[in-house]
Amino acid sequence: MKALSIKQLKKTYNNGFEALKGINLEVESGDFFALLGPNGAGKSTLIGIISSLVTKSSGSVEVFGYDLDKNNERAKSCIGLVPQEINFNQFETVRNVVLNQAGYYGIPRKQAVQRTETCLKQMDLWDKRDSVSRRLSGGMKRRLMIARAMVHSPRLLILDEPTAGVDIEIRRAMWQMMKEVNAQGTTIILTTHYLEEAESLCRSIAIINNGQIIEKSAMNSLLGRIHTEHFVLDITQPLTHAPLIEGYQIELAGNRTLNVAVPKSQGLNPLFQQLTAQGVAVSSLKNKSNRLEQLFIDLVQ
Amino acid sequence: MNYSVAFKTLLVKEIRRFTRIWPQTLLPPAITTALYFLIFGKLIGDRIGTVHGETYMDYIVPGIILMSVISHSYSNVVSSFYSTKFQHHIEELLVAPVPNGVILAGYVCGGIARGILVGCVVAGISMLFTDIPVHHWDVAIAVFVLTSTLFALAGFINAVFADSFDDISIIPNFVLTPLSYLGGVFYSVTMLPGIWQTIALGNPILYMINAFRYGLLGVSDVNIELAFAITAGFIVLLTAASLLLLHKGIGIKN
Repeated sequence: MKALSIKQLKKTYNNGFEALKGINLEVESGDFFALLGPNGAGKSTLIGIISSLVTKSSGSVEVFGYDLDKNNERAKSCIGLVPQEINFNQFETVRNVVLNQAGYYGIPRKQAVQRTETCLKQMDLWDKRDSVSRRLSGGMKRRLMIARAMVHSPRLLILDEPTAGVDIEIRRAMWQMMKEVNAQGTTIILTTHYLEEAESLCRSIAIINNGQIIEKSAMNSLLGRIHTEHFVLDITQPLTHAPLIEGYQIELAGNRTLNVAVPKSQGLNPLFQQLTAQGVAVSSLKNKSNRLEQLFIDLVQ
Repeated sequence: MNYSVAFKTLLVKEIRRFTRIWPQTLLPPAITTALYFLIFGKLIGDRIGTVHGETYMDYIVPGIILMSVISHSYSNVVSSFYSTKFQHHIEELLVAPVPNGVILAGYVCGGIARGILVGCVVAGISMLFTDIPVHHWDVAIAVFVLTSTLFALAGFINAVFADSFDDISIIPNFVLTPLSYLGGVFYSVTMLPGIWQTIALGNPILYMINAFRYGLLGVSDVNIELAFAITAGFIVLLTAASLLLLHKGIGIKN
């Protein structure tokens, strides 16, 4: 079963800007799907059309088999959206923001009250239930939008940069929550500029650029295409020039730091053997950039 | 899909909004109309005499009540729906499976609720100054509700097109208020000279005020059936226009 099926989706704005140029995309039910792309690539327009906030110019969108044009209300019932910008009534209490949304989805009051409590507790906002929503911190506002999107138990949850601007502790808590929601069977589409987030959470990925899908595959298969990985090595003794080791590209990035390009075919063991032979002791090692980040840059450039 | 839950949610939210800010929404009309009754009805009215056999105080009561209904039904919807757009929480409704008719009904009924509540407050204030035996309850209530409906719809359309807070004050200040004052609140249209009488008959608010006056006092400058036809005609027209705007997403969607 496809959670999302998009065919030849096009969008041209009134000013003539062609934001989407015939997108074809399918997301399997239960998947954790990353939708990546640089700013202005068309991600928000695509999400806007899926969630009925933007009118498409042509093409079709089906959500769990329900066509957005022919079966609009059923399709909408399947979707929960966490938008990029804060878009709840800032004068309402936290509880009412979620309760009202449950009401819009037709959930009877008694059930809505229970669901609201569950979602707010899950997002660690239950203590703030009677606070006016504008008084919440940035991270709490984001969690409130997730609680609101979850209140009708959507089958497809769309998270548009949900962790933008939140501190690392909250971000990690949100990652855990997303994993749990996905493990319970909810399909998740995630857009993010934190590529390590996409790499660690998502099983499938699509990259959009200039209104077109330029890459779509399983995350593992995409990462498998990386031929060279870049590492930063901290060394114990200062050096005046970079060691020469055949098969590796090494640069001195400070007298105690080396940048090393490691071909996947070579691996790290020969490098360490050669460094040890030349009397260079390594104290620590880290990835210079996230693996997906490097691929992403290569693809969109 | 249970649309009645969505409608009820929207309506309760709207009613909670204007009752929560009652010093802005319910108190000012009570004070303003008390001053109207005191100054125009009592102090000046006693020197004017009667109009169509009614004391001047009694004559202006229906118009002042209906003027409040018009203004508050309109302003409730225009300010609430525009704020919803401005703060982007219109998106909460657009992503949910709420049909356009339910969105429109929720906002319009919220406007009607405020119009009726303010109308009742003003009617209550009027009872401090005079005691009007209602002649036709059915006509009075029907005009009260229909007028409120019509101007709530008009407020909705204004909010759909509005791009700034200036845009939601232009129509109430420069169209609705003048038309209400010139709609026979304080005078009978028969008191106007020749051509002005004909021009005044082009003002739809004149028909509603006179129909309401007929309901309360039993006197009117216009034909009551015509007044109902005009009001109902506008309601049908504005409902169709509102639904079309929502369907096309004008002013709401990209």
